[in-house]
This record gives sequence, C-alpha cells and structure tokens, in this order.
Amino acid sequence: MKDSRYIRAISEGLAEELDRDGNVLVLGEDVVEGGPFSVTKGLVGRFGTKRIRNTPISESAFMGLALGAAIAGLRPVVEVMFMDFLTVCMDPLVNHAAKMRYMFGGQYSVPLVVLTAAGAGGGAGPHHSQSLEAWFAHIPGLKVIMPSTPYDAKGLLKAAIRDDDPVIYVYHKGLLRQAGQMPEKDFTVPIGVADIKREGTDITIVATGLAVHQALSAAVGLQEAGVSAEVVDPRTISPLDTATIVASVKKTGRLVVAHEAVKGFGIGAEVAAVVAEEALDYLDAPIKRIGLPSTPIPFSPTLEAALLPTADDIGRAAREACGVAVEQ
Amino acid sequence: MSLSGDKKVEMYRSLLLLRKLEEKTVEMTMAGQVPGWLHSYLGQEAVAVGVAAYLRLDDFVASTHRGRGHFLAKGLDPNRLLAEVLGRQDGVCGGKGGEMHMADWNVGVIGSSGIVGGILSTATGVAFACQYRDTDRVVACFFGDAASNQGSFHESLNLASVWRLPILFVCENNGYGEFTRQQDAMRVLDIATRAQAYDIPGVIVDGDDVLAVAGAAAEAVGRARSGEGPTLLECKTHRWSGHYTGDPQDYRSKEELEDCRRADPIPRFRGYLIESGLLTEEAVQKVEAEVVDAVAAAVEFALNSPLPPPETALADVYGVTQ
Ligand SMILES: Cc1ncc(C[n+]2csc(CCOP(=O)(O)OP(=O)(O)O)c2C)c(N)n1
Ligand SMILES: [Mg+2]
Repeated sequence: MKDSRYIRAISEGLAEELDRDGNVLVLGEDVVEGGPFSVTKGLVGRFGTKRIRNTPISESAFMGLALGAAIAGLRPVVEVMFMDFLTVCMDPLVNHAAKMRYMFGGQYSVPLVVLTAAGAGGGAGPHHSQSLEAWFAHIPGLKVIMPSTPYDAKGLLKAAIRDDDPVIYVYHKGLLRQAGQMPEKDFTVPIGVADIKREGTDITIVATGLAVHQALSAAVGLQEAGVSAEVVDPRTISPLDTATIVASVKKTGRLVVAHEAVKGFGIGAEVAAVVAEEALDYLDAPIKRIGLPSTPIPFSPTLEAALLPTADDIGRAAREACGVAVEQ
Repeated sequence: MSLSGDKKVEMYRSLLLLRKLEEKTVEMTMAGQVPGWLHSYLGQEAVAVGVAAYLRLDDFVASTHRGRGHFLAKGLDPNRLLAEVLGRQDGVCGGKGGEMHMADWNVGVIGSSGIVGGILSTATGVAFACQYRDTDRVVACFFGDAASNQGSFHESLNLASVWRLPILFVCENNGYGEFTRQQDAMRVLDIATRAQAYDIPGVIVDGDDVLAVAGAAAEAVGRARSGEGPTLLECKTHRWSGHYTGDPQDYRSKEELEDCRRADPIPRFRGYLIESGLLTEEAVQKVEAEVVDAVAAAVEFALNSPLPPPETALADVYGVTQ
C-alpha cells in the first residue's frame, strides 16, 4: 500500500490506462495544462498531444466527437472542467451516447468516460457549483459514479475506462486534497458495488461524494451519544447497489440519506423509495433526507454556507431518527 | 454622429475608472478579500468604453465572466458592483451572483454568464423584444474569441441575421481562451470573417484604441437602430493578466506580456486628448484625483456593507404569483 491523494489518484489512474491501452485518450479544454484542478497535469509529457488533446470551447462538438470516436473503437476520456458545463452537451450524452447501443440493436459499445468536477463550497457561484449527478442517473444507458476516497477514485476511474458503456465520473472539488491509501499494483473498483465505509448497528447513513466524509464525522459524534451508525457509500449512483443498502437498513432499522445535490427529486428520493419498496417493515423510524434546499447556489460565502448540508445536519437527522436528544 | 469634446473627456474618465477599480479589485483578491475567482479586465477597457459611447441608458449590454468593465461602462454603480464582487448585501445582486454573474436592469445590464457562450442567445432574445415592441433600443453582446467556437455563437448570429435583430455581437479578441492560444483553437484568426457565413457585416477594429472602437460601434448601433440588423464587431485587444487572478501564465513569454502593456489604451487616449486641446495637464490630474476618490469610496462602501443575512439565501428562487 502507498499514500496518495485524490487528485493524484485520478491522474495516476489516467496515466496507467493510457499506458495500458493505446485506444485511450484524454480530451477537453486545457487538459494539456492540467485543467483547473490539475487532474491531467503532466500527462502530456508522457503521452503527447495526440493523446492528451486540447479542444476549442465547443463542448457540444467535442462531446459528440468523443462519442463518435468511442463507437469507432477508441476509449476517450472527456474532461469537462465543471459539471455545470455538461448542460451545454446534453444532446450527445442523453439522446445519443446513452441510447446508441440499445436503439441500434446492440451493434456496438460506447466506451466513453466523462470526467467532471461537481460541488460547491468555494464561492464559485451559480454556474460553477452544481451537483447534477441525479440528472444523469435518470437516463437509462448512462452509468454514474461518484468516488469519495483516493482508492475509489483510482479504482473506479480505471474500471470506467475499461467499461464498454458511457460513464459519467463525478468528483467533488472538496475532495481533491483528500489523502488515503491504495495498492501499488494495478487494481480496479467494480462499478455498481457499494462500500460500507463504517459498520454500525443502529442507523444506516447512505451518503455520496463529499457527504460520505460528513457522514463519517457525524458518526463519530453519534457514537459519543451512544448511536452506532453504519455509513454506506454507494460509490456508483447508477446502477445503484440496492442490495447493500437494503441489507444495511434491514440490520439497523433506520435510514438517513445525505448528499450535496438538491434534495428534491434526487438520489435521496431514489434510495428512500427503494428502501420503502423492499424494507418498509424493517423501518423503526421515518426516513430522513439531507440535501440542498431547492435553490441555486449563491455566490456570497454566508449564503452558500447557509444552504450547504453539513455533518451536523446529518448528525441531527440521525439523532432524531434514533430518538436521541438533539443538541441545540 | 460624432463625439463631443465633453463626451470624450467622459470616456477618458470611464477608462480610468475601469482601470483603477480593477487594479484595486485585483489587489483585494490577492489579499484574500474576494471570494471565488476574479477574471481581470485589465488592458481591455477601451472595448467596453468605446462600445458604450453610443449606447443610451435604455439600451442593453450582455456580458461574460470577464464583465465588470462592461457593466461599469454602461453605468453600473461602482459601489454596488464592488460590493457584489465581495458578496455583500448591498451588492447589485445582493451577493447572489458575484463577479461572474451580475445584472442591473435599471442601467440596461441584462446579465452575464459563467457559462462561456451562455448569454449570446439570451441577448439575441432581448434584441428580439426590442424589435417586437417597435423600439429603437439596441443590445451590445460581449463575448470572447474562444466563445466564438460555441454553437450558441453561430446559432445566435444566424437567427439575428435572418430576423434582422438590433444587436451588436462584440467579440473581444484577446488571443486566449484560458491557457490556450487562439491559433490552437481555431484557424480563422479574424473572427469577423465568420460574419460572412451569416451575411452580416463583420468589422475588425483595434480594440486598444477607444475612438476606433467607438467609431465602429457608432456604425453598428446606427444599423441596429434603423432596422438593418446585426453586426459582428471584432475588437483586437490584450489580456494583461492571467485568465484568473493568480494564474501564473507560464504559457506566455515575458516579451509577450510586456508587449501587451505597450498597447495600453489609456496613455494613448490621454495623449490624443491633450494634443487636441480637450484636456490640459491640470485637468488630467483632476480627473485622476476624482477617479481615485470614486474608487476609495467604492472600497469603503463595499467593505462596510454587511454580508447578506443567511435567510436571504432562500429568497427569489421563484417570483410571487398573484
Ligand atoms: C461552457 C463553458 N465551458 C468552459 C468554461 C471554462 N472557461 C471559462 S472562461 C474560458 C475561456 C473563455 O475565453 P474567451 O471566450 O476568449 O474569453 P476571455 O476569457 O478571453 O475573456 C473557459 C474555457 C466555461 N466557463 N463555460
Ligand atoms: Mg479570449
């Protein structure tokens, strides 16, 4: 095992896959320079501008181009700096990439990876802060992954590149400096498999992305209050590992779902619905959801902080669900 | 329609205000007083001021992530502009938008976009409304060289052309989109030539010469007001700073950065004003002192403005339906 960081995990994952398979290439705006978060930094030195390619600011065109390249046998990784910009290329993703295998009778694969940064917290304002993963999870044919640790970041990226379907790989900007351990050797993390980040017996907290760490920190406080929380990180949003979630809830009898994306019509709603369908009789308390209120993300730090979910919000919801006194 | 001497002096004041407020804002950013990023407008001031010279208060501008110069030139109050940059309650959008997302409908600032190319079609729509209502109001829509590679640029130009909409598409060609040189993103270095594809005039102008910009804008505004449709006006200019404040710019040579500053529009215009007897050395000092005071007042206003109360975060998601 070795120490790593989230950013390095992504760039190493890219480098290893570029090395392994000549069909892998990276394209996007300023990827040669490393992009705004340096996830592609240094790759051009090893792989050259044929495989690490800067594009014009034409997301719709280069997303469609990557899709075409993918169906023709390449394995493009498209870097889209901010998830907010995916709105500009929804047509190639939603109407084409997601459906081509299906509507053309399974003739070909679409091995396309979209690597994109989500999340707020940096005063970046309404156009650079959104978490839109639920949009993509709603589209049959797309896979959506959201790693929360360096280990998962690397393993899932490698799995995504080797996957034959379009994968939207979403990383939260707030995780980029996250430290963690990973094997020296080649490894992947399977898409579609959740990870129990902390075992517990009294309540299940299903959390995604940055919220995984908030849930883990809430779990420490809960422990002090005598509540044993289990933290389940789906890692893949779609296809969702419902079996792991349902098994956990059957064990604990309580559920909180936490994410940074808007609460309404979100992943929390999906998880809650699955649990209601498959484990309602096991629930000892109503399900709680933590997420952003139905509001764009404002620029001013005080306003942003007022809206973003926190570890305290998760802890409070868990205490309520467990009938433990909530600290004021 | 030519510019009066007074108007030219006013333009000089405007140039200086853009410059000095920007320098101050950059300084505050470096000192950690500004949340988020700052996209500096240093060096490009003549474009905003030149285009605004022929706009009326009831005309409109639409803008980009690098938009503060456009807002100021159109008449947005510097105090409220800076307060917005700092995310304060008295900011022109109450702190919701910040540097990249500002609007002030009262002075015709439609809004700006953190999404490159995002505002072009909206601006085209405002121009459509101006035409629909039989007004002679016009829209100036600013965007960068790199934005002209977005589909929205091409689609908006075509639509504006075919419906003869009263809009100026003002491309500020500073040679870069983030860290990428223009020639690495497009073969056509004169973006104005793209106008041919939509059968509208495409005009190239020295964007560091405020009178040249104003002259070209005058014609385009005239066309728009009289129902002759859109113009693509390309202003060749220079981005002095990095893409954002703090960008080390190691993709640009020292010589290039020095050359940039040689194109400074302000001394050039000042020289012209003095030579043609419109400004004395004394008057220059006076304008400068006034601008320095205005900047100091804006800083004081902005820093004294409180951060917005947290509960306002939930306001204005929807209008109130009667
Ligand atoms: C749709 C979209 N893609 C990418 C970006 C990231 N980005 C912000 S500014 C910029 C460069 C824009 O260059 P240009 O249009 O020339 O304007 P300039 O910055 O030079 O003023 C890029 C790529 C964005 N904000 N929106
Ligand atoms: Mg540019």
